Amino acid sequence: MAEIVLDKVTKRYPDGALAVQEVNLEIADGEFIILVGPSGCGKSTTLNMIAGLEDITDGELRIGGQRVNEKAPKDRDIAMVFQSYALYPHMTVKENMAFPLRLAKVDNATVEKKVKEAAEILDLTQHLDRKPSNLSGGQRQRVAMGRAIVRNPKAFLMDEPLSNLDAKLRVQMRTSVSRLQKQLGTTTVYVTHDQTEAMTLGDRVVVMRGGVVQQIGAPQFLYDQPANLFVAGFIGSPSMNFVPATLENGALRSVIGDVTLTDRVRQLVEAADAPREVIMGIRPEHFEDAALVDAAALSSGGKFTHQVDVLESMGSDKYAYFNLTGEQAASAELQELAKDAGSDDVPGDGIPLVTRLSSASGAVEGASADIWFDADKVQLFDPSNGRNLTYTER
Amino acid sequence: MSQTTTEDTTTTGASPAPVAPRKKVLSEGKKAERRLGWLLCAPAALTMIAVTGWPILYSLLLSMQRFDLKFPDRTEWIWFDNYVTVLSSPYWWNAVWVTVLLTVVTVAVELVLGMSLALIMHRALVGRGIVRTTTLIPYGIVTVVAAFSWRFAWTPGTGYLAEALGGDPVLTEKIPSLMVVGLAEIWKTTPFMALLLMAGLALVPDDLLKAAAMDGASGWQRFIKITVPIMKPAILVALLFRTLDAFRIFDNLFVLTAGSQGTSSVSMLTYNNLIKGLNLGIGSTMSVLIFIMVAIIAFVFIKLFGTAAPGSDDGGKR
Amino acid sequence: MAGIGGAETTGKKWGWGLLNAVVVVYALVPVLWIVSLSFKSSKTLADGNFIPREWSLENYQNIFSTSEFTRALINSIGIAIIATAIAVVFGTMAAYAIARLDFPGKNLLVGVSLLIAMFPQVSLVSPLFEIERSLGLFDTWPGLILPYITFALPLAIYTLSAFFREIPWELEKAAKMDGATPGQAFRRVIAPLAAPGVFTTAILVFIFCWNDFLFAISLTSTEQSRTVPVALSFFTGSSQFEDPAGSIAAAAVVITIPIILFVLFFQRRIVAGLTSGAVKG
Repeated sequence: MAEIVLDKVTKRYPDGALAVQEVNLEIADGEFIILVGPSGCGKSTTLNMIAGLEDITDGELRIGGQRVNEKAPKDRDIAMVFQSYALYPHMTVKENMAFPLRLAKVDNATVEKKVKEAAEILDLTQHLDRKPSNLSGGQRQRVAMGRAIVRNPKAFLMDEPLSNLDAKLRVQMRTSVSRLQKQLGTTTVYVTHDQTEAMTLGDRVVVMRGGVVQQIGAPQFLYDQPANLFVAGFIGSPSMNFVPATLENGALRSVIGDVTLTDRVRQLVEAADAPREVIMGIRPEHFEDAALVDAAALSSGGKFTHQVDVLESMGSDKYAYFNLTGEQAASAELQELAKDAGSDDVPGDGIPLVTRLSSASGAVEGASADIWFDADKVQLFDPSNGRNLTYTER
Repeated sequence: MSQTTTEDTTTTGASPAPVAPRKKVLSEGKKAERRLGWLLCAPAALTMIAVTGWPILYSLLLSMQRFDLKFPDRTEWIWFDNYVTVLSSPYWWNAVWVTVLLTVVTVAVELVLGMSLALIMHRALVGRGIVRTTTLIPYGIVTVVAAFSWRFAWTPGTGYLAEALGGDPVLTEKIPSLMVVGLAEIWKTTPFMALLLMAGLALVPDDLLKAAAMDGASGWQRFIKITVPIMKPAILVALLFRTLDAFRIFDNLFVLTAGSQGTSSVSMLTYNNLIKGLNLGIGSTMSVLIFIMVAIIAFVFIKLFGTAAPGSDDGGKR
Repeated sequence: MAGIGGAETTGKKWGWGLLNAVVVVYALVPVLWIVSLSFKSSKTLADGNFIPREWSLENYQNIFSTSEFTRALINSIGIAIIATAIAVVFGTMAAYAIARLDFPGKNLLVGVSLLIAMFPQVSLVSPLFEIERSLGLFDTWPGLILPYITFALPLAIYTLSAFFREIPWELEKAAKMDGATPGQAFRRVIAPLAAPGVFTTAILVFIFCWNDFLFAISLTSTEQSRTVPVALSFFTGSSQFEDPAGSIAAAAVVITIPIILFVLFFQRRIVAGLTSGAVKG
């Protein structure tokens, strides 16, 4: 058990490409931390540097207070779970799990005991003598976990350990990974590109983009107070809506209606010295069917009327999709997010909008609907650099 | 794996990270990798070059000399006279036609038979293991052994085939002899063809065939319109390998006819001039000519089929 | 993998059984014939019967009593094993480099070995004949081993690099994370995974060397280094009037035994090796 400190850790490849730039991160003992970001953001490189599988170009990595930059992976006492599980195909489950202990020259009785314990925890006892090729995906994943936990390492590193599982199993394994980590209390660094895993698993989440840390914080904090457009768009599913808007005398004009800023928002915006043209961000749950909102709220919020493009009823609530006329909000961050989501080449004019309405809403697909949104929940971003103009440390 | 290698910062647009331009600077690690690569390849590369490179040049030199080991004093530089001699020899042209005929006929038959065999091995409901095992025997067996089996089978008095066909000595006439040689060659190499084709068959997704069946294609149509086009690369590779191999035919001919009655192939004729006739000049000339013919065949295949040919390259990937 | 909509009816099974039988007969008849000949006594040798009327070991006794055959057998075994060992070692090194390392000249090596695989061997016979005579390699073991290695290398390199590409190299990383030194990672994880490929390649290369006739007959002149396929073709029988067919058949059966054993025990591997090397190369 130990804390892990990344002090201005940088990775530059021989060809000059900068993969990770000056990452500062203090991971507390026993903390579960998530590195998240689109592919190519440097999260796996960061993990590999902590593992010792890749050299650190600059900066310092300390595990348990000790500089480990120069140490080989085997001397760092950390275990890793790979995306492909990397189970040794020529060894049985038992041999796979015992492998790190054998290398450490642990005596037979202890090996037996530890493997047995780990197998019990992971419910693998009846599979110990099978080869990996005869296991299901979920079982293989558990063996990989088992190989990591048998030796009580200082830390676990997990590189997208669940991404090879099917959706249902992934949810199930997600909870067991979480439970296991709490139970063992081992410091864990977990890499994923799936923001749902990031939200549900971690004590803290590190959002990365282009080798640079964008924001570090508890999942709920990142959701409520994204530092910039990129984090705002990346965290949350369905993701935040972005609409170009104009700030004028404390009022916000956009295609989804004009609103007067609430005092809280106005103070923040003024403090941040906001430009006139901004990007307004608003989460789907901050919309509501105007018919279901009381009069006081109705007058203080924004309102628009438009034809419902698609309506999905989830039972507990309804998702109404709109396609508003106008120019989409444009910024480098949003482009990259669209690219990561694979929707950058989906043709579409106008501004897509996702709203979550309560199930009592009478909105009908194809028909016009009156939609209200909460003016106090609006977040404003500077289109030139993506900065969140309404960000507070609170 | 992919993560570590692909995350080389392909940042887009207004990235906050000032990405340094990629320079062609070799790090120590890269240099060490190169050195190790060369070091590991050196023994193989040097052996191959030593045993083929110099001899090829040497045979070019030999082919331009009068060089008969029976008359070593009369060795002299005669430029292309040997080529004139060989190219105006009816024996040479007969050998060329025999070789071409054997190559074309055997490879064509092997393709058809090999495809049937591959389909049997690929689709067999029962006894797939037995079929695969037994078909490997012709592939593995020493060619000379197989050739003797065929020779004795056709020897009047001794052979079951000769007896069954009335006891005529088939191996004493040109056309029947060539047919027997072709048969022996086909028997021996069809399994190899079938294995290569089977690997190609395995690349055809079952779903595609099911989809075609749903679209109303008959079995034959599925084979012609789906299976064959998809496995075309495998077919071409198999054809190329087998064509070049058939062109070198020697063992079977040596045992079955020894090149008598005008059944010599180019390899056989070269061997006879060289080892039996000890005429290095003429032998080398023929070697060079064969080399040129094989190069032309390979060139035509690779030109015609472009990327389908191996080594054209995804040497490193797949 | 059954045909589309192919229920496993009894009729179909019979159909397949019949097809299989045809294939088996096709593949085995010439082999069985030579076996049958080898067991015929000298009296019944020329009776033209497929099955011996009189079984006898006389032919085997004959061949094993002459140095013409025993010496050739030793040559065959020795030369094939040495050539195989060297070709596999060199091939493994080169294939590892091709599959795992990035270095200039890699494609050239792949190209050259492909060229050699297509090369008409007879074109090398004339120059090698002369070169080996001047170097004193003619009619010696190394004189055969060298060309065998050369022509086996492309086969070895293709087959092995195909195998090596299949090894999930992430395992090497995993082993390092599990506390292995690079040496341990190689010995305990990579080597066991690479071994089957190396072994398969060794079988294929051995078959190739064992099979060769052209080099063996051109580059040898005496019993000293003649291999069995060549010795076979020189069998004349102990007297002028004796048909050598029996001896030839017996010797042929002896050198077919290792092939049959390989095929029986390593069928799957040989198929994998042949197809991976040739198709994916």
